[in-house]
Amino acid sequence: MGSSRSSLRGVPDGQQLLQETGFSAALLLRLHQRFQFLDKDSRGHLRSEDLEAELSENPIGDRIVGAFFQPGQETVDFPSFVRVLAHFRPTEKNWTRDGVQPEPANSRNRKLKFAFQLYDQDRDGKISRTELLQVLREMLGLQVTEEQLQSIAERAIQEADLDRDDAICFDEFRKSLEKVDIDHKMSVRFLE
Amino acid sequence: MSWLTLPVDLLSKYLGLFTDVWLTLVFGFLIVPAVFGVPFGIHKYYIKILLSIFEWTTLQMELKAKEKNNQLYKHYTSGIIVKVPDSTLKQEIQDLRCSAGCLSLDPRLELADVFVFCRKALENIIDDDVTKRFSAQKLENWNLLTRSNHNFRYINLKLLALWILGVLIRYGVLLPFRVTVAVTGIFLFVVLSTVVGLIPCTKTYLSDKVHLMGYRLCVRSLTGIITYHNRENKPKNDGICVANHTTPIDGIVLANDHCYSLVGQLHGGLLGLIQRAMVKSSPHMWFERAEVKDRRLVAKRLRDHVADENKHPVLIFPEGTCVNNTSVMMFRKGSFEIGCTVYPAAIKYDPRFGDAFWNSSKFGLVGYLLRMMSSWAIVCSVWYLPPMNRKEGEDAMQFANRVKAAIAAQGGLVDLIWDAGLKRTKVKDTFKEEQQQLYSKILLGDHEYQNHPES
Repeated sequence: MGSSRSSLRGVPDGQQLLQETGFSAALLLRLHQRFQFLDKDSRGHLRSEDLEAELSENPIGDRIVGAFFQPGQETVDFPSFVRVLAHFRPTEKNWTRDGVQPEPANSRNRKLKFAFQLYDQDRDGKISRTELLQVLREMLGLQVTEEQLQSIAERAIQEADLDRDDAICFDEFRKSLEKVDIDHKMSVRFLE
Repeated sequence: MSWLTLPVDLLSKYLGLFTDVWLTLVFGFLIVPAVFGVPFGIHKYYIKILLSIFEWTTLQMELKAKEKNNQLYKHYTSGIIVKVPDSTLKQEIQDLRCSAGCLSLDPRLELADVFVFCRKALENIIDDDVTKRFSAQKLENWNLLTRSNHNFRYINLKLLALWILGVLIRYGVLLPFRVTVAVTGIFLFVVLSTVVGLIPCTKTYLSDKVHLMGYRLCVRSLTGIITYHNRENKPKNDGICVANHTTPIDGIVLANDHCYSLVGQLHGGLLGLIQRAMVKSSPHMWFERAEVKDRRLVAKRLRDHVADENKHPVLIFPEGTCVNNTSVMMFRKGSFEIGCTVYPAAIKYDPRFGDAFWNSSKFGLVGYLLRMMSSWAIVCSVWYLPPMNRKEGEDAMQFANRVKAAIAAQGGLVDLIWDAGLKRTKVKDTFKEEQQQLYSKILLGDHEYQNHPES
């Protein structure tokens, strides 16, 4: 496509994001447009309200919005925004881990990590029983009783927790999802 | 000092001449024909010329972009991502579990279930159906208006010259013309409407003429080029006319062809003056702000009006607020509860000549009108649809949805279930609860979940 330098002029960190995320220049531009659209007051960054507005019908909407923000941060700029979205590109089939290139955002491992962090809100590397209960409560709302919730959580932990420490660490998480077609379910099909 | 006065004399003479010529042109070609309903005639050629110019400009920009080895930034009106059509939560989770080798939808949590919610959320963040209906529609070709161009760096000298010419024509020639026509029109309308109101007999005939004249002038003042289709379905006196809402001009567009009774809130200022003048010669329904909230009062007045067959059909916009003309949003059921015949009309604006959508969060009314008057033209099509009545066993909401679907189909708009009030408020929690309900059914099974023995 030739030099894409000038077409990304308005996009912050455009060139770097091209390399990092693997999005095409055209797609990056469109995502920037979308970012500017979500940024209703033209501040150059998004706050959680801007994202929450799009997710009001999603039970775990608040949690997903939280995934965009670094701990302690209240705003997300465009590069961070795109870096999160990059996790949802369909996985490239021919990428192999050769230790030289950094792992792309949309590798199976990174996708799993993203999902893991949705559960593991305190970032201690484990999904505790409490954290699991919290997610379940969000996804089910008031539709189930406390006992039902506890049973479901109990069963899930029993099945995944291999080292019997009453929590699910990342490896256990990954193992329990071995057979799941993550690429399909954790990918958004972008119109390139 | 006579050499000073000479240029001043000349200037004033030419200015006077200029004003004379201008006024003659305006009156002769715009106002008088509008008053008597004579068509102006050059609109077709105007549009053809404009269209070929716009295609040429986009071609120029593409050529320039190719020179720089770049792609022209085209707005994909269909979105950024491929959306899976209507896949339900249950299906998605089933797919997910099947891929992991589970045999059936066991009532249990799979840690992967969160992926489904996650992906939906990301899809909504990147591209969603609702909020993009509340900003102006994007265009494929550039129409020489700055407001719709996103490829500034591809403008070469030729285009720049053309654009400057366009600005001069629009702001220097078109805008003053239009403002003159608008002002004259409103003035004439207010005066004549009051006068007609004082004459006791032949009131309806004269007032109709006066109203039509007023609207025609308004349409001319915006260079409105309106094509009416299926005129045999024009609303009759025994019902209400409903249409999709894009701009405050919608009322003018429809009333240009037929007389309606308008419904709305009584404003202050110039608008209030016009409203009061209108009421003198024809029974429109203006409500005080407090009365608007009293739905029963509004419904009663509507019902009484519709029952009187000497009164014109009522014009109502059930969406309640302006939407950007790519879709039709939820219709408020109030007008459909009255129980009379509904005459639907679909209005579709052609955005290439001027975007008619009023984004009330971005511009006020005056700013909006100025933008309208400095666009090339307002081109739209109006389709009159056959009258519809409420069927047996249909409630008001279902009737409203049926009418909405008919309007959307005719106008080529997307039929959405969302409430246009979402422009200002958030989605209610009921949608979130629905999702939670669906998921709980999957986890627990459709029967009561029993505590099963631990394995």
